[in-house]
Amino acid sequence: MSKILIIAEHAAGKLNPSTAKCVSCARAIDGASIDILVLADDPTAVAQAAAAIDGVSRVLTVADAGFAQPTAAAFAPTVVAQAAGYSHVFGPSTTFGKDLMPRVAALLGVSQVSDIMAVDGAHRYKRPIYAGNAIASVEAPSDQTVVATVRTASFQAAGNGGSAAIESAGGAAEIPGHTRFVGLESGSSDRPDLQTAARVVSGGRALGSAENFQIIYDLADTMKAGVGASRAAVDAGYAPNDMQVGQTGKIIAPDLYMAFGISGAIQHLTGIKDAGTIVAINKDPEAPIFEVADIGLVADLFNVVPELQAALKG
Amino acid sequence: MKILVGLKRVVDYTVRVQVKPDGSGVATDGVKMSINPFDEIALEEALRLREAGKAEEVIVVSIGPQQAMQQLDSGLAMGANRGILVKTDQPIQPLTAARVLLKLVEKEQPGLVLLGKQAIDDDCNQTPQMLAALWGRPQATFASKIALDGEVATVTREVDAGLETLSVDLPAVVSTDLRLNTPRFIKLPDIMKAKSKPREVLELASLGVESGDHLRYTGYEPPAKRSKGVMVADVPALIEALKAKGLL
Repeated sequence: MSKILIIAEHAAGKLNPSTAKCVSCARAIDGASIDILVLADDPTAVAQAAAAIDGVSRVLTVADAGFAQPTAAAFAPTVVAQAAGYSHVFGPSTTFGKDLMPRVAALLGVSQVSDIMAVDGAHRYKRPIYAGNAIASVEAPSDQTVVATVRTASFQAAGNGGSAAIESAGGAAEIPGHTRFVGLESGSSDRPDLQTAARVVSGGRALGSAENFQIIYDLADTMKAGVGASRAAVDAGYAPNDMQVGQTGKIIAPDLYMAFGISGAIQHLTGIKDAGTIVAINKDPEAPIFEVADIGLVADLFNVVPELQAALKG
Repeated sequence: MKILVGLKRVVDYTVRVQVKPDGSGVATDGVKMSINPFDEIALEEALRLREAGKAEEVIVVSIGPQQAMQQLDSGLAMGANRGILVKTDQPIQPLTAARVLLKLVEKEQPGLVLLGKQAIDDDCNQTPQMLAALWGRPQATFASKIALDGEVATVTREVDAGLETLSVDLPAVVSTDLRLNTPRFIKLPDIMKAKSKPREVLELASLGVESGDHLRYTGYEPPAKRSKGVMVADVPALIEALKAKGLL
Protein backbone atom coordinates (compact mmCIF):
# COMPACT_ATOMS: atom_id res chain seq x y z
CA MET A 1 0.00 0.00 0.00
CA SER A 2 1.20 3.49 -0.75
CA LYS A 3 2.15 5.64 2.22
CA ILE A 4 2.51 9.20 1.08
CA LEU A 5 4.13 12.10 2.89
CA ILE A 6 3.30 15.58 1.61
CA ILE A 7 5.50 18.52 2.53
CA ALA A 8 3.31 21.47 3.50
CA GLU A 9 4.00 24.82 1.86
CA HIS A 10 3.18 27.77 4.06
CA ALA A 11 4.07 31.34 4.85
CA ALA A 12 3.18 33.68 7.69
CA GLY A 13 1.19 30.98 9.49
CA LYS A 14 -0.98 30.26 6.46
CA LEU A 15 -1.08 26.99 4.57
CA ASN A 16 -0.63 27.45 0.82
CA PRO A 17 -3.47 25.92 -1.27
CA SER A 18 -0.76 24.02 -3.18
CA THR A 19 -0.71 21.55 -0.29
CA ALA A 20 -4.39 20.58 -0.74
CA LYS A 21 -3.66 20.10 -4.46
CA CYS A 22 -0.85 17.71 -3.61
CA VAL A 23 -3.35 15.82 -1.45
CA SER A 24 -5.67 15.49 -4.46
CA CYS A 25 -2.81 14.08 -6.49
CA ALA A 26 -1.96 11.62 -3.70
CA ARG A 27 -5.61 10.58 -3.43
CA ALA A 28 -5.52 9.60 -7.09
CA ILE A 29 -3.30 6.71 -6.01
CA ASP A 30 -5.55 3.81 -4.98
CA GLY A 31 -5.62 3.05 -1.29
CA ALA A 32 -2.98 5.59 -0.37
CA SER A 33 -2.63 6.74 3.21
CA ILE A 34 -1.66 10.39 3.30
CA ASP A 35 0.26 12.30 5.96
CA ILE A 36 1.32 15.95 5.84
CA LEU A 37 4.60 17.18 7.27
CA VAL A 38 4.70 20.76 8.56
CA LEU A 39 8.11 22.27 9.24
CA ALA A 40 7.81 25.67 10.87
CA ASP A 41 9.03 27.81 13.71
CA ASP A 42 5.49 27.60 15.07
CA PRO A 43 3.51 24.96 13.18
CA THR A 44 0.26 25.25 15.17
CA ALA A 45 -1.98 27.21 12.79
CA VAL A 46 -0.60 25.57 9.65
CA ALA A 47 -1.02 22.09 11.15
CA GLN A 48 -4.65 22.84 12.00
CA ALA A 49 -5.33 23.94 8.44
CA ALA A 50 -3.58 20.85 7.09
CA ALA A 51 -5.56 18.55 9.41
CA ALA A 52 -8.79 19.85 7.91
CA ILE A 53 -7.91 18.72 4.38
CA ASP A 54 -10.03 15.79 3.20
CA GLY A 55 -8.22 12.49 2.97
CA VAL A 56 -5.35 13.26 5.33
CA SER A 57 -4.60 10.66 8.03
CA ARG A 58 -2.05 12.48 10.15
CA VAL A 59 -0.32 15.83 10.31
CA LEU A 60 3.23 15.63 11.59
CA THR A 61 4.95 18.73 12.90
CA VAL A 62 8.57 19.62 13.52
CA ALA A 63 9.05 22.97 15.22
CA ASP A 64 12.37 24.76 14.98
CA ALA A 65 13.41 28.39 14.78
CA GLY A 66 15.52 27.38 11.77
CA PHE A 67 12.32 26.74 9.83
CA ALA A 68 11.16 30.35 10.06
CA GLN A 69 12.01 30.63 6.36
CA PRO A 70 11.50 27.75 3.94
CA THR A 71 15.05 27.37 2.62
CA ALA A 72 15.78 24.03 1.00
CA ALA A 73 19.05 23.66 2.88
CA ALA A 74 17.23 23.96 6.21
CA PHE A 75 14.24 21.79 5.30
CA ALA A 76 15.82 18.95 3.32
CA PRO A 77 17.64 17.01 6.09
CA THR A 78 14.52 16.90 8.26
CA VAL A 79 12.32 15.87 5.33
CA VAL A 80 14.77 13.07 4.58
CA ALA A 81 14.67 11.90 8.20
CA GLN A 82 10.87 11.99 8.25
CA ALA A 83 10.60 10.20 4.89
CA ALA A 84 11.61 6.87 6.43
CA GLY A 85 8.77 4.38 6.09
CA TYR A 86 7.00 6.29 3.33
CA SER A 87 6.69 5.00 -0.23
CA HIS A 88 6.17 8.50 -1.67
CA VAL A 89 7.19 12.04 -0.73
CA PHE A 90 5.31 14.76 -2.60
CA GLY A 91 5.72 18.51 -2.72
CA PRO A 92 4.07 21.15 -4.89
CA SER A 93 5.58 22.26 -8.17
CA THR A 94 5.81 25.83 -6.90
CA THR A 95 9.14 27.59 -6.41
CA PHE A 96 9.08 26.22 -2.84
CA GLY A 97 8.73 22.60 -3.94
CA LYS A 98 10.95 22.93 -7.01
CA ASP A 99 13.71 24.23 -4.77
CA LEU A 100 13.31 21.70 -1.97
CA MET A 101 12.30 18.35 -3.47
CA PRO A 102 15.32 17.63 -5.72
CA ARG A 103 17.56 18.27 -2.71
CA VAL A 104 15.51 15.70 -0.80
CA ALA A 105 15.60 13.21 -3.68
CA ALA A 106 19.38 13.46 -4.07
CA LEU A 107 19.92 12.98 -0.33
CA LEU A 108 17.73 9.87 -0.56
CA GLY A 109 19.67 8.74 -3.64
CA VAL A 110 16.56 8.54 -5.79
CA SER A 111 15.28 10.20 -8.94
CA GLN A 112 12.55 12.80 -8.84
CA VAL A 113 9.41 12.91 -10.93
CA SER A 114 8.85 16.60 -11.71
CA ASP A 115 5.44 18.14 -12.37
CA ILE A 116 3.03 15.21 -12.06
CA MET A 117 -0.04 16.18 -14.10
CA ALA A 118 -1.83 12.82 -13.96
CA VAL A 119 -1.58 9.62 -11.95
CA ASP A 120 -1.73 6.32 -13.87
CA GLY A 121 -0.84 4.12 -10.92
CA ALA A 122 1.16 4.13 -7.70
CA HIS A 123 4.39 4.43 -9.69
CA ARG A 124 3.18 5.63 -13.07
CA TYR A 125 2.57 9.26 -13.90
CA LYS A 126 2.22 11.70 -16.72
CA ARG A 127 4.36 14.84 -16.85
CA PRO A 128 4.83 17.65 -19.39
CA ILE A 129 8.13 18.07 -21.22
CA TYR A 130 9.28 20.52 -23.90
CA ALA A 131 7.26 23.35 -22.37
CA GLY A 132 4.13 21.23 -22.53
CA ASN A 133 4.52 20.38 -26.21
CA ALA A 134 4.67 16.71 -25.26
CA ILE A 135 3.31 14.67 -22.39
CA ALA A 136 5.56 11.87 -21.17
CA SER A 137 4.49 8.75 -19.32
CA VAL A 138 7.04 7.91 -16.69
CA GLU A 139 7.45 4.96 -14.37
CA ALA A 140 9.34 5.19 -11.08
CA PRO A 141 10.89 2.06 -9.55
CA SER A 142 8.67 0.41 -6.94
CA ASP A 143 11.62 -0.50 -4.71
CA GLN A 144 12.56 3.15 -4.07
CA THR A 145 10.91 6.09 -2.41
CA VAL A 146 9.13 8.12 -5.06
CA VAL A 147 10.02 11.80 -4.69
CA ALA A 148 7.85 13.99 -6.86
CA THR A 149 6.52 17.46 -7.40
CA VAL A 150 2.86 17.94 -8.25
CA ARG A 151 1.82 20.32 -11.02
CA THR A 152 -0.71 22.28 -8.99
CA ALA A 153 -2.71 23.52 -11.99
CA SER A 154 -3.58 19.90 -12.84
CA PHE A 155 -5.35 19.15 -9.56
CA GLN A 156 -8.26 20.74 -7.72
CA ALA A 157 -7.58 21.42 -4.07
CA ALA A 158 -8.98 18.69 -1.80
CA GLY A 159 -11.91 19.78 0.35
CA ASN A 160 -11.86 20.92 3.95
CA GLY A 161 -14.01 18.38 5.80
CA GLY A 162 -11.22 16.39 7.44
CA SER A 163 -10.03 16.16 11.03
CA ALA A 164 -6.68 14.42 10.98
CA ALA A 165 -4.65 13.83 14.11
CA ILE A 166 -1.82 16.30 14.71
CA GLU A 167 1.36 14.83 16.17
CA SER A 168 4.79 16.18 16.94
CA ALA A 169 7.35 14.25 14.93
CA GLY A 170 10.28 15.18 17.15
CA GLY A 171 13.12 17.57 16.55
CA ALA A 172 14.75 18.95 13.45
CA ALA A 173 17.74 17.33 11.82
CA GLU A 174 20.83 19.49 11.76
CA ILE A 175 20.23 22.79 10.01
CA PRO A 176 23.34 23.96 8.17
CA GLY A 177 24.57 27.49 8.81
CA HIS A 178 25.82 28.01 5.27
CA THR A 179 22.52 29.39 3.94
CA ARG A 180 20.96 32.51 5.42
CA PHE A 181 17.68 34.19 4.58
CA VAL A 182 18.14 37.93 4.04
CA GLY A 183 14.74 39.14 2.95
CA LEU A 184 11.71 38.89 0.74
CA GLU A 185 10.56 41.73 -1.45
CA SER A 186 6.98 40.97 -2.22
CA GLY A 187 5.18 42.42 -5.19
CA SER A 188 1.95 41.17 -3.72
CA SER A 189 -1.02 43.27 -2.79
CA ASP A 190 -4.53 42.94 -1.47
CA ARG A 191 -5.62 41.46 -4.79
CA PRO A 192 -6.51 37.79 -5.04
CA ASP A 193 -3.47 35.54 -5.24
CA LEU A 194 -2.59 34.85 -8.85
CA GLN A 195 -2.21 31.11 -8.31
CA THR A 196 -5.56 30.59 -6.65
CA ALA A 197 -7.74 33.40 -8.05
CA ALA A 198 -10.92 32.33 -9.83
CA ARG A 199 -10.39 35.18 -12.30
CA VAL A 200 -7.15 36.50 -13.67
CA VAL A 201 -6.68 39.61 -15.80
CA SER A 202 -3.34 39.66 -17.56
CA GLY A 203 -1.40 42.19 -19.58
CA GLY A 204 1.30 41.89 -22.21
CA ARG A 205 3.91 43.91 -23.98
CA ALA A 206 1.22 45.89 -25.79
CA LEU A 207 0.58 47.81 -22.56
CA GLY A 208 3.75 49.71 -23.42
CA SER A 209 4.72 50.95 -19.96
CA ALA A 210 4.37 50.34 -16.24
CA GLU A 211 2.09 53.40 -16.06
CA ASN A 212 -0.22 52.01 -18.71
CA PHE A 213 -0.34 48.69 -16.85
CA GLN A 214 -2.43 50.49 -14.24
CA ILE A 215 -5.56 49.98 -16.37
CA ILE A 216 -5.06 46.22 -15.97
CA TYR A 217 -4.90 46.60 -12.17
CA ASP A 218 -8.00 48.78 -12.22
CA LEU A 219 -9.98 46.31 -14.29
CA ALA A 220 -8.80 43.46 -12.07
CA ASP A 221 -9.99 45.33 -8.99
CA THR A 222 -13.40 45.88 -10.55
CA MET A 223 -13.60 42.19 -11.43
CA LYS A 224 -12.07 41.04 -8.10
CA ALA A 225 -9.45 39.28 -10.19
CA GLY A 226 -5.79 38.45 -9.74
CA VAL A 227 -3.31 40.17 -12.03
CA GLY A 228 -0.91 38.39 -14.35
CA ALA A 229 1.58 39.44 -16.98
CA SER A 230 3.40 37.92 -19.92
CA ARG A 231 7.13 37.36 -19.79
CA ALA A 232 7.59 40.16 -22.31
CA ALA A 233 5.77 42.59 -20.02
CA VAL A 234 7.83 41.51 -17.01
CA ASP A 235 11.10 41.62 -18.94
CA ALA A 236 10.22 45.15 -20.07
CA GLY A 237 9.65 46.18 -16.46
CA TYR A 238 5.90 46.82 -16.79
CA ALA A 239 5.08 44.32 -14.03
CA PRO A 240 6.99 42.55 -11.23
CA ASN A 241 8.36 39.01 -11.69
CA ASP A 242 5.88 37.37 -9.35
CA MET A 243 3.10 38.24 -11.80
CA GLN A 244 4.62 36.34 -14.70
CA VAL A 245 2.37 33.65 -16.11
CA GLY A 246 3.89 30.90 -18.20
CA GLN A 247 6.31 28.04 -18.37
CA THR A 248 9.00 29.89 -16.45
CA GLY A 249 6.59 31.85 -14.28
CA LYS A 250 3.35 30.71 -12.73
CA ILE A 251 1.22 27.95 -14.15
CA ILE A 252 -2.35 28.78 -13.30
CA ALA A 253 -5.84 27.40 -13.77
CA PRO A 254 -8.42 30.13 -13.03
CA ASP A 255 -12.05 29.80 -14.13
CA LEU A 256 -11.58 32.90 -16.28
CA TYR A 257 -8.36 34.16 -17.83
CA MET A 258 -8.42 37.43 -19.75
CA ALA A 259 -5.32 38.23 -21.81
CA PHE A 260 -4.91 41.83 -22.95
CA GLY A 261 -2.26 42.55 -25.54
CA ILE A 262 -0.58 39.17 -25.08
CA SER A 263 0.50 37.56 -28.34
CA GLY A 264 0.55 34.06 -26.90
CA ALA A 265 4.09 32.71 -27.06
CA ILE A 266 4.14 28.97 -26.45
CA GLN A 267 5.72 29.44 -23.05
CA HIS A 268 2.86 31.71 -22.00
CA LEU A 269 0.21 29.31 -23.30
CA THR A 270 1.80 26.54 -21.26
CA GLY A 271 0.96 28.53 -18.16
CA ILE A 272 -2.74 28.99 -18.93
CA LYS A 273 -3.91 25.93 -20.79
CA ASP A 274 -5.75 24.57 -17.75
CA ALA A 275 -7.81 27.75 -17.39
CA GLY A 276 -11.58 27.25 -17.62
CA THR A 277 -12.23 30.00 -20.15
CA ILE A 278 -9.55 31.97 -21.95
CA VAL A 279 -10.46 35.38 -23.34
CA ALA A 280 -8.01 37.08 -25.69
CA ILE A 281 -8.06 40.73 -26.68
CA ASN A 282 -5.41 41.64 -29.23
CA LYS A 283 -5.06 44.05 -32.13
CA ASP A 284 -3.35 41.41 -34.24
CA PRO A 285 -5.87 38.90 -35.63
CA GLU A 286 -2.96 36.53 -36.33
CA ALA A 287 -1.81 36.46 -32.70
CA PRO A 288 -1.31 32.82 -31.60
CA ILE A 289 -3.32 33.45 -28.43
CA PHE A 290 -6.49 33.28 -30.56
CA GLU A 291 -5.72 29.63 -31.31
CA VAL A 292 -6.36 28.70 -27.68
CA ALA A 293 -8.86 31.40 -26.74
CA ASP A 294 -12.45 30.40 -26.04
CA ILE A 295 -13.53 33.95 -26.74
CA GLY A 296 -11.50 36.27 -28.94
CA LEU A 297 -11.84 39.95 -29.69
CA VAL A 298 -9.66 41.67 -32.26
CA ALA A 299 -9.41 45.20 -30.93
CA ASP A 300 -7.12 47.72 -29.29
CA LEU A 301 -6.90 46.98 -25.59
CA PHE A 302 -6.73 50.71 -24.84
CA ASN A 303 -10.28 50.95 -26.17
CA VAL A 304 -11.56 47.67 -24.78
CA VAL A 305 -10.34 47.96 -21.18
CA PRO A 306 -12.03 51.31 -20.42
CA GLU A 307 -15.25 50.19 -22.13
CA LEU A 308 -15.25 46.94 -20.19
CA GLN A 309 -14.43 48.80 -17.00
CA ALA A 310 -17.33 51.21 -17.50
CA ALA A 311 -19.77 48.41 -18.37
CA LEU A 312 -18.81 46.27 -15.37
CA LYS A 313 -18.79 49.18 -12.93
CA GLY A 314 -22.05 50.55 -14.12
CA MET B 1 38.38 31.30 -8.00
CA LYS B 2 37.08 28.95 -10.63
CA ILE B 3 33.51 28.94 -11.84
CA LEU B 4 32.08 25.75 -13.30
CA VAL B 5 29.22 26.20 -15.76
CA GLY B 6 27.05 23.44 -17.20
CA LEU B 7 25.97 23.65 -20.84
CA LYS B 8 23.33 21.18 -21.96
CA ARG B 9 22.78 20.48 -25.63
CA VAL B 10 19.05 20.77 -26.26
CA VAL B 11 16.62 21.29 -29.12
CA ASP B 12 16.71 25.01 -29.92
CA TYR B 13 14.01 26.98 -28.17
CA THR B 14 12.56 28.19 -31.47
CA VAL B 15 11.79 24.63 -32.63
CA ARG B 16 8.26 23.49 -31.92
CA VAL B 17 8.81 19.84 -31.15
CA GLN B 18 6.35 17.19 -32.25
CA VAL B 19 5.63 13.83 -30.72
CA LYS B 20 6.46 10.99 -33.12
CA PRO B 21 3.34 9.32 -34.52
CA ASP B 22 4.18 6.03 -32.77
CA GLY B 23 4.52 7.77 -29.38
CA SER B 24 8.08 6.54 -28.92
CA GLY B 25 9.51 9.98 -28.36
CA VAL B 26 9.70 13.46 -29.79
CA ALA B 27 11.09 14.02 -33.28
CA THR B 28 14.57 15.49 -32.88
CA ASP B 29 16.22 14.28 -36.09
CA GLY B 30 17.71 17.13 -38.05
CA VAL B 31 16.34 19.86 -35.79
CA LYS B 32 18.53 22.74 -34.68
CA MET B 33 20.38 22.10 -31.44
CA SER B 34 21.65 24.82 -29.10
CA ILE B 35 22.89 25.55 -25.62
CA ASN B 36 20.00 25.37 -23.16
CA PRO B 37 19.00 29.07 -22.81
CA PHE B 38 19.19 29.05 -19.00
CA ASP B 39 22.72 27.60 -19.25
CA GLU B 40 23.73 30.35 -21.66
CA ILE B 41 22.62 32.86 -19.02
CA ALA B 42 24.70 30.96 -16.45
CA LEU B 43 27.74 31.22 -18.68
CA GLU B 44 27.17 34.92 -19.32
CA GLU B 45 27.02 35.53 -15.57
CA ALA B 46 30.22 33.58 -15.02
CA LEU B 47 31.98 35.64 -17.69
CA ARG B 48 30.77 38.88 -16.15
CA LEU B 49 32.01 37.78 -12.73
CA ARG B 50 35.41 36.96 -14.25
CA GLU B 51 35.48 40.30 -16.06
CA ALA B 52 34.69 42.01 -12.76
CA GLY B 53 37.72 40.34 -11.21
CA LYS B 54 35.68 38.01 -9.00
CA ALA B 55 36.90 34.86 -10.70
CA GLU B 56 39.96 33.80 -12.66
CA GLU B 57 38.71 30.90 -14.71
CA VAL B 58 35.43 29.80 -16.26
CA ILE B 59 35.14 26.12 -17.14
CA VAL B 60 32.26 24.92 -19.29
CA VAL B 61 31.06 21.34 -18.96
CA SER B 62 28.67 19.38 -21.07
CA ILE B 63 27.41 15.83 -20.60
CA GLY B 64 26.23 14.31 -23.84
CA PRO B 65 27.21 12.87 -27.20
CA GLN B 66 30.29 13.95 -29.16
CA GLN B 67 28.08 16.56 -30.89
CA ALA B 68 27.73 18.39 -27.57
CA MET B 69 31.25 19.63 -28.35
CA GLN B 70 29.46 22.15 -30.58
CA GLN B 71 27.84 23.67 -27.53
CA LEU B 72 31.19 23.73 -25.72
CA ASP B 73 32.68 25.40 -28.81
CA SER B 74 30.00 28.09 -28.53
CA GLY B 75 30.70 28.46 -24.82
CA LEU B 76 34.40 28.84 -25.46
CA ALA B 77 33.69 31.37 -28.19
CA MET B 78 31.55 33.32 -25.72
CA GLY B 79 34.61 33.49 -23.50
CA ALA B 80 34.98 30.44 -21.28
CA ASN B 81 38.60 29.43 -20.61
CA ARG B 82 38.30 25.71 -21.21
CA GLY B 83 35.78 22.98 -21.82
CA ILE B 84 35.12 19.47 -20.56
CA LEU B 85 32.87 17.05 -22.43
CA VAL B 86 31.66 14.06 -20.46
CA LYS B 87 30.75 11.78 -23.30
CA THR B 88 27.76 9.48 -23.30
CA ASP B 89 25.49 8.47 -26.16
CA GLN B 90 22.60 7.67 -23.86
CA PRO B 91 20.43 10.48 -22.50
CA ILE B 92 20.93 10.74 -18.74
CA GLN B 93 18.63 11.87 -15.96
CA PRO B 94 19.30 14.68 -13.46
CA LEU B 95 20.57 12.51 -10.61
CA THR B 96 23.23 11.06 -12.90
CA ALA B 97 24.09 14.53 -14.17
CA ALA B 98 24.47 15.74 -10.58
CA ARG B 99 26.74 12.80 -9.73
CA VAL B 100 28.90 13.48 -12.79
CA LEU B 101 29.12 17.17 -11.92
CA LEU B 102 30.09 16.24 -8.36
CA LYS B 103 33.04 14.25 -9.74
CA LEU B 104 34.16 17.29 -11.71
CA VAL B 105 33.61 19.57 -8.73
CA GLU B 106 35.81 17.35 -6.58
CA LYS B 107 38.52 17.51 -9.21
CA GLU B 108 38.29 21.20 -10.14
CA GLN B 109 37.33 22.66 -6.72
CA PRO B 110 35.30 25.59 -8.10
CA GLY B 111 34.12 28.32 -5.76
CA LEU B 112 30.87 28.58 -7.65
CA VAL B 113 28.87 26.28 -9.89
CA LEU B 114 26.43 28.08 -12.17
CA LEU B 115 23.76 26.00 -13.85
CA GLY B 116 20.56 26.83 -15.70
CA LYS B 117 17.51 26.32 -13.51
CA GLN B 118 16.09 23.79 -15.92
CA ALA B 119 16.69 22.34 -19.35
CA ILE B 120 14.04 23.18 -21.89
CA ASP B 121 13.83 19.58 -23.13
CA ASP B 122 12.99 17.51 -20.04
CA ASP B 123 11.96 20.56 -17.94
CA CYS B 124 13.08 18.72 -14.80
CA ASN B 125 14.52 21.61 -12.76
CA GLN B 126 16.52 19.24 -10.55
CA THR B 127 20.23 19.02 -11.36
CA PRO B 128 21.49 22.15 -9.50
CA GLN B 129 19.61 21.26 -6.31
CA MET B 130 20.77 17.65 -6.52
CA LEU B 131 24.40 18.67 -7.01
CA ALA B 132 24.18 21.02 -4.01
CA ALA B 133 22.71 18.20 -1.92
CA LEU B 134 25.34 15.63 -2.91
CA TRP B 135 28.09 18.19 -2.40
CA GLY B 136 26.69 19.23 0.98
CA ARG B 137 26.81 22.87 -0.09
CA PRO B 138 24.29 25.76 -0.33
CA GLN B 139 21.95 26.19 -3.26
CA ALA B 140 20.44 29.41 -4.50
CA THR B 141 17.98 28.57 -7.22
CA PHE B 142 16.19 30.76 -9.80
CA ALA B 143 18.69 33.60 -9.46
CA SER B 144 17.93 37.01 -10.94
CA LYS B 145 20.90 38.75 -9.28
CA ILE B 146 24.23 37.49 -7.95
CA ALA B 147 26.73 39.50 -5.92
CA LEU B 148 30.01 37.94 -4.76
CA ASP B 149 31.85 39.34 -1.79
CA GLY B 150 34.78 37.26 -0.62
CA GLU B 151 33.53 33.89 0.56
CA VAL B 152 29.87 34.82 0.41
CA ALA B 153 27.36 35.14 -2.42
CA THR B 154 24.24 37.24 -2.07
CA VAL B 155 21.65 35.91 -4.47
CA THR B 156 18.26 37.35 -5.34
CA ARG B 157 15.84 34.57 -6.28
CA GLU B 158 12.64 34.75 -8.31
CA VAL B 159 10.11 32.99 -6.11
CA ASP B 160 6.31 32.82 -6.26
CA ALA B 161 5.98 35.44 -3.52
CA GLY B 162 8.35 37.93 -5.14
CA LEU B 163 12.10 38.36 -4.88
CA GLU B 164 13.85 36.49 -2.09
CA THR B 165 17.44 37.21 -1.11
CA LEU B 166 19.71 34.54 0.34
CA SER B 167 23.24 34.86 1.60
CA VAL B 168 25.22 31.67 1.02
CA ASP B 169 28.75 30.60 1.85
CA LEU B 170 30.95 29.59 -1.05
CA PRO B 171 31.40 27.19 -2.59
CA ALA B 172 27.78 27.03 -3.65
CA VAL B 173 25.52 26.06 -6.53
CA VAL B 174 23.47 28.83 -8.11
CA SER B 175 20.79 28.14 -10.72
CA THR B 176 19.90 30.90 -13.12
CA ASP B 177 16.56 32.37 -14.11
CA LEU B 178 15.78 34.31 -17.26
CA ARG B 179 16.18 37.86 -16.01
CA LEU B 180 19.68 37.43 -14.60
CA ASN B 181 21.25 38.86 -17.76
CA THR B 182 21.17 38.89 -21.54
CA PRO B 183 23.87 36.67 -23.00
CA ARG B 184 26.34 38.24 -25.40
CA PHE B 185 26.45 37.39 -29.08
CA ILE B 186 29.39 35.47 -30.41
CA LYS B 187 31.51 37.33 -32.96
CA LEU B 188 33.43 35.58 -35.70
CA PRO B 189 36.91 36.46 -34.32
CA ASP B 190 35.84 34.94 -30.99
CA ILE B 191 35.17 31.65 -32.73
CA MET B 192 38.64 31.71 -34.28
CA LYS B 193 40.26 32.65 -30.97
CA ALA B 194 38.43 29.86 -29.18
CA LYS B 195 39.82 27.18 -31.48
CA SER B 196 43.01 26.93 -29.46
CA LYS B 197 41.32 26.76 -26.07
CA PRO B 198 41.71 23.46 -24.18
CA ARG B 199 39.01 20.85 -24.61
CA GLU B 200 39.00 17.71 -22.54
CA VAL B 201 36.89 14.67 -23.37
CA LEU B 202 36.07 12.16 -20.64
CA GLU B 203 34.06 9.00 -21.14
CA LEU B 204 31.18 8.98 -18.65
CA ALA B 205 31.82 5.27 -18.09
CA SER B 206 35.39 6.07 -16.96
CA LEU B 207 34.25 8.32 -14.09
CA GLY B 208 32.95 5.52 -11.90
CA VAL B 209 29.62 7.26 -11.39
CA GLU B 210 26.69 5.17 -10.23
CA SER B 211 23.76 5.67 -12.60
CA GLY B 212 20.85 7.65 -11.22
CA ASP B 213 18.65 6.99 -14.23
CA HIS B 214 15.90 5.38 -12.20
CA LEU B 215 12.88 6.59 -14.14
CA ARG B 216 11.60 4.76 -17.17
CA TYR B 217 9.96 6.89 -19.84
CA THR B 218 7.37 4.58 -21.37
CA GLY B 219 5.53 6.73 -23.89
CA TYR B 220 4.84 10.17 -25.26
CA GLU B 221 1.72 11.87 -26.49
CA PRO B 222 0.84 15.31 -27.80
CA PRO B 223 -0.90 17.61 -25.32
CA ALA B 224 -4.68 17.80 -25.33
CA LYS B 225 -5.79 20.55 -27.69
CA ARG B 226 -8.16 23.26 -26.58
CA SER B 227 -11.00 23.45 -29.01
CA LYS B 228 -11.17 26.60 -31.07
CA GLY B 229 -13.39 29.23 -29.59
CA VAL B 230 -15.58 31.98 -30.93
CA MET B 231 -14.67 35.48 -32.04
CA VAL B 232 -16.80 38.37 -30.86
CA ALA B 233 -17.12 41.73 -32.57
CA ASP B 234 -17.11 44.19 -29.70
CA VAL B 235 -17.19 44.68 -25.93
CA PRO B 236 -20.97 44.25 -25.49
CA ALA B 237 -20.75 40.92 -27.35
CA LEU B 238 -17.81 39.94 -25.13
CA ILE B 239 -19.79 40.69 -21.98
CA GLU B 240 -22.74 38.77 -23.41
CA ALA B 241 -20.54 35.75 -24.11
CA LEU B 242 -19.06 35.83 -20.60
CA LYS B 243 -22.51 36.10 -19.06
CA ALA B 244 -23.69 33.16 -21.15
CA LYS B 245 -20.91 31.08 -19.59
CA GLY B 246 -21.84 32.27 -16.11
CA LEU B 247 -18.52 34.05 -15.71
CA LEU B 248 -19.88 37.54 -15.05
